[in-house]
Amino acid sequence: MSATAATLRAGYEVDRVRAEFPILARSVNGKPLVYLDSAASAQRPLAVLRAVEHYETCLHSNVHRGVHALSQAATEAFEGARETVRRFINARSTREIVFVRGATEAINLVAQSYGRTQLGAGDEVLITRLEHHANIVPWQMICAATGARLRAAPVSASGELDLDAFAALLTARTRLVAVAHVSNALGTVLPVRDIVRLAHARGIPVLLDGAQAIAHETVDVRALDCDFYVFSGHKVYGPTGIGVLYGRESLLSAMPPWQGGGDMIRTVSIEESTYNDLPWKFEAGTPNMSGAVGLGAALEFVEGLGREAIAAHEGSLLALSTRRLAAIPGLTLIGTAANKAAVVSFTMQGVHPHDIGTILDSEGIAIRTGHHCAMPIMEYYGLAATARASFGCYNTTAEVEQLVAGVARVREVFGGP
Amino acid sequence: MDLKDLYRDVILDHNRSPRNFGRLDPADSSAAGHNPLCGDRLSITLRMDGEQVADLRFEGQGCAISVASASLMTEAVRGRSRSEIARLYEAVHALLTGHERVAGQDLGKLLALAGVAEYPARVKCASLSWHTLNAALEHVAVPVSTE
Repeated sequence: MSATAATLRAGYEVDRVRAEFPILARSVNGKPLVYLDSAASAQRPLAVLRAVEHYETCLHSNVHRGVHALSQAATEAFEGARETVRRFINARSTREIVFVRGATEAINLVAQSYGRTQLGAGDEVLITRLEHHANIVPWQMICAATGARLRAAPVSASGELDLDAFAALLTARTRLVAVAHVSNALGTVLPVRDIVRLAHARGIPVLLDGAQAIAHETVDVRALDCDFYVFSGHKVYGPTGIGVLYGRESLLSAMPPWQGGGDMIRTVSIEESTYNDLPWKFEAGTPNMSGAVGLGAALEFVEGLGREAIAAHEGSLLALSTRRLAAIPGLTLIGTAANKAAVVSFTMQGVHPHDIGTILDSEGIAIRTGHHCAMPIMEYYGLAATARASFGCYNTTAEVEQLVAGVARVREVFGGP
Repeated sequence: MDLKDLYRDVILDHNRSPRNFGRLDPADSSAAGHNPLCGDRLSITLRMDGEQVADLRFEGQGCAISVASASLMTEAVRGRSRSEIARLYEAVHALLTGHERVAGQDLGKLLALAGVAEYPARVKCASLSWHTLNAALEHVAVPVSTE
């Protein structure tokens, strides 16, 4: 933990948190940047930028290869980051931590390795209506290849999972449950412990897509009792191109490799190969070492701020933005679950979300507009798009007020209602 | 960048009250367009009189830029021949992408779209209707995409 982080823990001083993120000092369209798009990609603190720079300038060579000093230094940095990830999510062993490009690749890995061996004609994979495309399409692909069937549990108008309907969809043919921990489009926190309990009662393993949860919730894979947990580095203040697949060791051991190549083998002859131990069995080719180092630094940064402290801070921003936006005539909040992460999705009567995004951008305010890579839940609401503001550890109540003022400016340009 | 350059009164007016909105039935040709980025969808139906577009309608949903552009387009191309429309499209494309004016083309009200050139992310919104019109003119019934 850095000295700065240790000081911050004493009390949540958002100005000091912001000072750790150089990009927040820039202006956009002549206005100070108000970055409300952390659910798409969070910004990086100095600790991450410096860790990556240190790796690149002092430690880099290929990992697990050479006897020379740099190869050993790179290997130690890379495997050290793996240990940081293990600690962060409380996995039993680093054998359960597989580095991948991101949550998307992690889900594809499970679909192609676990799915290909465990799914047959008539079997079922159960997801929910509110999944990100990354937790839909890989299952469609493996279902098409194996003859299995993809089913989706419904959600309510508030964006909450219908747990009874979910339970009813667990059948003798269900081979895997794959659900979001937190919805990216709506912010809903899913009742993942209930989901795991219900699925395990029938002996069905559960994958949790933690892309949106990892920066906002305390994730303890042993307490969650999930079988797979996936997330991306760039949603938790780390670099892009690095992510994590956590898998229960007994499952990962039994799974065949997904991609073949260097590093994932023990011996290779022209006739056959034997595979490396976990987790390297699933890490073919030279991995993203600087990305892993940056991710490790990001997780340490979050630990330094304190996950409960971040959650409490974001919770206050969520409550304030929900109250302020809901009071605006003609504005409708999409996703009003009782248990939400700091995501506010909304529409405005007579104004397309894309126009809201452009007008807010002219005020220096960055939000996401569109279907949020979650078209099935948009279709459920009968919407092509929403505007979405999402908050991170560095956002302030003043920025919530700037968002509200920006929305008023949208109304000024478009008139009505 | 001044927002008023993008959201000119003509644009806001055509967004609020789109002209030639609806569907021709029967029609000689139709096409559907989709912009996956923002979810804009529109369809165009048209009737030909020889080489000329005798009448056309559009319907669908989208942002102000895409709805206004479609509305302005329907007014601009009605009664024009395929070759006239092709030249007009060339001039509109140059306008939207900030390239030099195409000589000899009077864009009239379509000039209200000039501000789009300052917003690269919105060029696709403004050009969706034109791509869809081109598809209809080619009697292509499959959805076109601006992606």
